[in-house]
Amino acid sequence: MMHALNPGGADAAGPDSARPDTAGPRSARSGQARTVSPADSKTVLGPDEISRALIRVAHEILERTNGAADVILMGIPTRGVPLASRLAAKLSQVEGRPAPAGSLDVTMYRDDLRLRPARRLGHTAVPPSGIDGKIVILVDDVLYSGRTVRAALDALGDIGRPRAVQLAVLVDRGHRELPIRADYVGKNLPTSQREVVQVLLTETDGQDAVVLGTGRATEPGAGQPNAGRLNPARAGASGRGGTPGDGMPTEAAR
Amino acid sequence: MNRHLISAADLSRDDAVLILDTAEELAQLAERPIRKLPTLRGRTVVNLFYEDSTRTRISFEAAAKRLSADVINFSAKGSSVAKGESLKDTALTLEAMGADAVVIRHQASGAPYRLAGWVRGSVVNAGDGTHEHPTQALLDAFTMRRRLGRLDGLHVAIVGDVLHSRVARSNVLLLRTLGAEVTLVAPPTLLPVAVSTWPCEVSYDLSAVLPKTDVVMMLRVQAERMNAAYFPTVREYSRRYGLDVARMALLPDHAIVMHPGPMNRGVEIAAEVADSARSTIVEQVANGVSVRMAVLYLLLGGADLGGADQGSAEAGAGRADAGWLSSEPSEVAQ
Repeated sequence: MMHALNPGGADAAGPDSARPDTAGPRSARSGQARTVSPADSKTVLGPDEISRALIRVAHEILERTNGAADVILMGIPTRGVPLASRLAAKLSQVEGRPAPAGSLDVTMYRDDLRLRPARRLGHTAVPPSGIDGKIVILVDDVLYSGRTVRAALDALGDIGRPRAVQLAVLVDRGHRELPIRADYVGKNLPTSQREVVQVLLTETDGQDAVVLGTGRATEPGAGQPNAGRLNPARAGASGRGGTPGDGMPTEAAR
Repeated sequence: MNRHLISAADLSRDDAVLILDTAEELAQLAERPIRKLPTLRGRTVVNLFYEDSTRTRISFEAAAKRLSADVINFSAKGSSVAKGESLKDTALTLEAMGADAVVIRHQASGAPYRLAGWVRGSVVNAGDGTHEHPTQALLDAFTMRRRLGRLDGLHVAIVGDVLHSRVARSNVLLLRTLGAEVTLVAPPTLLPVAVSTWPCEVSYDLSAVLPKTDVVMMLRVQAERMNAAYFPTVREYSRRYGLDVARMALLPDHAIVMHPGPMNRGVEIAAEVADSARSTIVEQVANGVSVRMAVLYLLLGGADLGGADQGSAEAGAGRADAGWLSSEPSEVAQ
């Protein structure tokens, strides 16, 4: 959830940043698909690394939960959901028994609702077995402020009472604002708050990649930056990064 | 404009679909052990009802409470209105109490529109005179979409007292926006004078319309608004425009029967029809709560952009879309 895309300054355009395929094919859900401006971002994880990280996380889950017998994977929309299904598939490959995966929309539980116009709800799908007494593993793409996870814990509490709740993320970029940590991390990615981390997945964006770009300063908890709001007019304006003080709209402008 | 919901005509197709999609997600709540969301905690919703209503008021109240809003019910009977207070003075009182939204039902067409000019909160029209009832139209559309899977290209017949029906007016506008084809069926005396300007067909023969209809919506004969003789006898009306078992058999197999309630059994709809498997009348009530939750959430759940400043605030922020219904299906879930 915690990622930002703002292809602002061109200063990040290092030698390995401009992958010609980063703006590659998009999924049918084009409204949600992310695109990356290749000039100012660099790919930190490619498809193979993402796949390897997920395999490792799947094995860690199996170790820590005694074979994942009671595990339910709940992905947080948008990109936590395909990650949860991928992890579930890998778990069932290894253990030979299906691992239920669902999705948990946390929009109505967010603490930053009043900072932005009302937003579209994601889909919540609880596996038929319910979550009572199960080990629920929340799955998200990026862990940043921890506020999404806090909202997810509240949302989970209204659905049932799991035996335990754990957290798996593809990328942990630091800058926590709440006492929350991940149990399973695909990749620890030290970032500055001025950088934006963006996860692209085949299911939603047509390709697998984790992209680090340089954008304007972001406060981690102030809502989730949004590729959909990308304003091409700003794309070339480098050096306007450090203005965190331009009021509430900053977060909407991300 | 979109801070309020006063007319179904205010809704673009994207807005309407967003409300229906949101309601679809919120409908899941009914199956959960805890049927409550914290989203509107600390917000106040006033139900301002100048006309009798059971289901609409209860529905709005349930919707607001499920979103954790504080609800104040205000009915004209036994209040200062009975002592002669004007709508404007009542509105200013509500304003002083800090109402974030006012749900208004009023016997005068246009009252919600006037109210919207006097209060800072959002105004939701819960039925004004013979004008509009947009949340009813939304819940009807929601029910059709749930039962039949689509709205685009559906043939909907709205039958009965169109003249006095705010439900019919809102439904014609909304269903048109959503791509359905509407036919009004009524005796000529119960059609508005300017019905030829409405975006719909008109017929006087119910039996001829039914075979090519996916949804038939029966309207209540509003005896309380009938101050003239619109038809000779109830029995004659019922025989020509009532939906009985024999007429229902003319419908295609998949077709559904709707009624906004309250029903006059034996007048516009036979009891057997109202209780049949095609009837969605009870479903409509349940769906009403989900749809009204969606409306309240979309009106109140986001940033308070300060009314008239909304446009300039958006421009200043450089946002592409910051209306209350941002139609862009962006990564809002994040």
